[in-house]
Parts: sequence; structure tokens; C-alpha cells
Amino acid sequence: MKDAPFRLGTRASAWLLILIFAGILASLLVLSWPSIRGFGVGFLVSSEWNPVTKEFGAWPSIVGTIVCSLIAIVLGTILSFGIAFFITEIAPRRIRGVVARLIELMAGIPSIIYGMWGLFVLVPFMATTVQPWLMKVFAPVPVLNQIFGGAPTGVGLFTAGVVLAIMVTPLVSSVMRDVLATVPASMKEAAYAVSATRWEVIRYVLLPKTKVGLIGAVILGFGRALGETMAVTFVIGNAHALTESLFMPTTTIAASIANEFNEATGTLYRSALMEIGLILFVITFLILLASRLLISLTSRQSG
Amino acid sequence: MFRSLSLLTASAGLVLGGSLASAEKITGGGSTFIYPVLAKWVSNYEETSSNKINYQPIGSGGGIKALTSGTVTFAASDMPLHPDELEKRGWGQWPMITGGIVLAVNLPGIKDEAIVLDGKALTDIYMGNIVSWDHGDIQKLNPNVDLPDRHITVVHRSDGSGTTFNFTNYLSKVSPEWKSKVGSDTVVSWPTGVGGKGNAGVANYVETIPYSIGYVEYAYALQNNLTVTTMTNQEGKVVKPSLDSFQSAAANADYADHKDFYLILTDQPGDASWPIVATTFILMPEKPSSEAAAKTALDFMAWSYANGQDVSKHLDYVSIPQNVVTQIEKYWTANVTSNGQPVWSK
Repeated sequence: MKDAPFRLGTRASAWLLILIFAGILASLLVLSWPSIRGFGVGFLVSSEWNPVTKEFGAWPSIVGTIVCSLIAIVLGTILSFGIAFFITEIAPRRIRGVVARLIELMAGIPSIIYGMWGLFVLVPFMATTVQPWLMKVFAPVPVLNQIFGGAPTGVGLFTAGVVLAIMVTPLVSSVMRDVLATVPASMKEAAYAVSATRWEVIRYVLLPKTKVGLIGAVILGFGRALGETMAVTFVIGNAHALTESLFMPTTTIAASIANEFNEATGTLYRSALMEIGLILFVITFLILLASRLLISLTSRQSG
Repeated sequence: MFRSLSLLTASAGLVLGGSLASAEKITGGGSTFIYPVLAKWVSNYEETSSNKINYQPIGSGGGIKALTSGTVTFAASDMPLHPDELEKRGWGQWPMITGGIVLAVNLPGIKDEAIVLDGKALTDIYMGNIVSWDHGDIQKLNPNVDLPDRHITVVHRSDGSGTTFNFTNYLSKVSPEWKSKVGSDTVVSWPTGVGGKGNAGVANYVETIPYSIGYVEYAYALQNNLTVTTMTNQEGKVVKPSLDSFQSAAANADYADHKDFYLILTDQPGDASWPIVATTFILMPEKPSSEAAAKTALDFMAWSYANGQDVSKHLDYVSIPQNVVTQIEKYWTANVTSNGQPVWSK
């Protein structure tokens, strides 16, 4: 009878995970307590970040984190969709293998490499080509000329979003590919048999059948984008400022912590950094919760 | 074969163990500014001594934290602590090396040292008051240069840094507006611009963003072949960044009148003085927990003052002048003590 120790072992592992989770949350709370007590709820909405006067607020880094990840997931989803459908439905078998290997390879590149590539290759390209072009295109459109305005320095939200999009694509596209592969071949063949085009098969067979899994893939990518640190730090410009333009420098929670923690002297400064860490923790948690809800809703509708 | 090898290593271990018994192994940490020089001093020093010095460039703030928690024997900081603060912590402080901070620009078509800036123009650029290179104030300083009508991208440090402290200290000295609105510290609330991590981060941003300006240590500007500006100093003279102009600023430093050597070398007098010069200070407890470790640290520093000038000069840092070294050694005998006895003596 080896069953009892095995059950004990698995149960202990599960409890250990819960304990670690609770431990992280508790230590974040304790370490950020001076800042929570000092600034209260105002910390969430204040745009001030002044280590000299010891006034701190999280709003610019919260906005920067979310907007940056949104840009990444919008661009990344479009790209991943295309890759996943190409691999599962369109590509010949030999090319399929090559593309799939390349995607796996991309997932294995360390994030700091993406950051360096972003800074030395993408930033100058953005500054001299992409951003001036976007500015010219959107110049006559009232709101968009603000969003795509300012000085085209190449550094900022937009570039960070693009680098992140490339980084989340391997993850999102490979999950999507696995999800699409679950659709039985007989269903697709049945659709082709009644002379459906490729697009119609995608639209009326694959999409409805895999909706939940695809949404899951996107959310997974969003979660990854939220916490990405090194690559963003390289290209976002690291300025605690709110900006209406995507071309201006700002910061994210993870980038702020990476930049400032080492030299953060004084209890209040350190606990303010801890508190934005806590906020990131909560944001990620809420997003996972929302995704659970969304998935259970959509699966009920289609089921 | 294997047997003789193991015998060999065993005997080597014995020999090493024997010599290690009398040697001290100490750790210091802090400033990245001093690191290139200090690392060279350490390797030269270890050739003459059995003592081992392990220095970790974790940043000035990190060094102070490590000294507070007692994990290092000495800390190095580019920002001197105020004598009141030192007394509260029971620490001593003295200068170790001086170096220059320069302004690197990315101006296509404009040569190295071809642009002059003064304190006012520099403050206005970093304040966001001057946003274009062809602004009247910059043009007036450079009547013969064809300045581009381009947006200036300001680059600053995103991490806490002694370089930022000295740079903002200079801006605060020359501009009351900067002093009241932004102030001076290792990290400040920047009115404008993008932040790069470390000297390398700032240098990279300046290299990749056209029409940008950023402040870096002189050594970084040299190594990366960055285009730098000249500056107008306190006396109204235009000076180039060089070892000579840094030396001139340091030579006018009057440490004798300043308790705990609390003196920041920005905006110093002297026709040839470079206006933005930074000094790295050493911090050590005045009543060290380990007398032997403290003595080793001071021995190493005395050796570096006496024998490290060539290294400093080669790396474009300014050594502490002999008269100041004499003051420092007196300070050690008077302040760094164990059971009432000085830890170090000449």
C-alpha cells in the first residue's frame, strides 16, 4: 500500500502552494504598510512621484502598465491568430514544422535580448520611419492626432507595446495552435464536403468550437505582458508621467521597481515601490478572475 | 596519476591555508562611479599584500544600506552624508576620488566640443523651458553654429544615482527655479525627458535618439565616443571637459573648513574649472566592529592614495591632492578608534 504516503505528498504540495501565495501577499502587505498608511487610497490616483519630497502616487505606472499591455495583446493577438491558423489549416506539412520550431525558438529567447534588440534596432526605426509616418497619417483626425502626436523619439509606450507584442506572440500562438488542433478533422472535412471555403470553415466551424480556448490564450498573453520587466525598461523611457500620446515616455510598475529599488533609500520610498508591486499582484489576480468568469460565461452560452 | 594530483592539491591547500591565516579578507560596496578605478587599485594592491579586498558596485544607496546592516566594512557613496547624519549613525567620511560629469549630445553634423552651454541654458533644457535646439539662448552662446530647428529630447538616469545627485546639485546651485521646483537628490521628479538605466543606459539613449542630450560620467563618454559639449563655468570662461579642467575644480576645493569633508565640488571657482565634478566618498563606522578589518580597509586606502595616481590618471579620474590626504590620515587617527586607540597609524 503506497497510496497513503502518495496522497499525503500531493496534498502537502497543494497546501504548500497556497501557503506560498498567502506568504507573498502577506509580506507585500507588511512591507508596503508605511506607504499604505501614509498615502491612503490617494496613492492609487496620485500622479506625483517625487523621491525628494517623499510624495508618491501610482497612477502613471498603473496606466502605463495597462495601456502598454493592451497595445501588446491587440497586436500580438492579430499576429498569433494568423500564425496559428496558418500552421493548422493552410501551411503544407513541411513548412508547418519549420514555422512551429521557429515560434518555439522565439519563446526561448531571454527577455533582455528583446530589450536590447528593441533599443538598438526598433527604436531608431520607429523614430525615423514608423512614428513620423503615423503622425502624418493621423494629423487631420481630431483625437488620434493627440494619441499619435508629440516628438517621434522612438522611445515610449508604443515601442514598448510593439516589443511586448513580439514577446507574447510565441506563447499566444502556440496555445491557439493547440486549441485549434482539438477540432476533429471529420468536422472540418464535413464542412469542406458541402463546398465551404477556407474562410467559411474558420468562421463557422473552428471559431465557434474553440472560442473559449482562444480567449484563454489571449488572457494568458495579457498576464505575461503585464509583468514583463527588462525589455520594457529598455524602451519605455522610464518617466513617471501621464501622457496622452503613445510616443511619449512613461513607465510601468515592473520597470519602476527594476529601475529604482536598488537605490531606494528611506522607508517611505521603499514601501511605495512595494505597494506598486502589490497593485500589480492585485491587477494580475483580477485579470485571471475576469478570464475565469468570461470563459465560464462563453462556454455556458455555446454549450 | 590521479593520486599524485590529489597529493598536489592537498599540499597546495596546505600552503594556501597557511598564508590565509594571517591575511584579512574584507568587503566594501557602493558607488559604481569609483568602480573602474577601485577595481584596478584592488588588483594592484593584492599583488603587494596578502589581504583581499572585495568591492561590489551596487550603487551608492545600496552601499549605505549594506553598511547600515553591517554586511560590509566600508561603503562608497557619490553623495556625501551631512555631518549631523554621520554623527547619528556613528560613521566617518572622507573623499576617495574625483571625476567629471559631461553632457553628451546627439546632433547630426555637429562636431565634438563644438557646442557651448551655460548653467542657465542647461537648466532651461532640463526644466523643459527650452524645447528646441535653435532657441535664442543656445544660439546666443553659439553664434557660429547652425543649430537645427529640432525638438530636444532630454535624457536622464532612471535609477537612483550619485551622478544624478551631483548633476542636480549643480543645477540647483545655478538656478533658484530648479532648487525650489525640483531640488537635488539621487533620484528627482524630472520635469521632462526619458530615463536610462545606469550610465550605459543614458549613453545608449543618447546614441539612438537624434537631437537628444544626456549627462554621463566622462569615462563613458570617452569609451563610447560620444559627442560632448563644452560649458561656461562660474567665472564666465568656456572650458572643455578634460582631466585638467576636472583637476582645476578639485584643486580649488577647500576641505579644511568642512567638517567630515562635507563639500560638493560642483560650480567651483577658477578660470579653468569644469563646473560639474563629482567626488566619491568613503563611509566607515568610527567604532568598527572588527578592528582588523577596519585596519585593512584603511591600509588599502592609504596605499591607494600613495600609489594609485597613475591608475586614476589613466582612467581620467582626479586623485585626491597630497595636502588633503594628510588631512584624511589625521582624521583617521582622530576618529576611527577601537577601545580609545586609533585603529590605523602611519
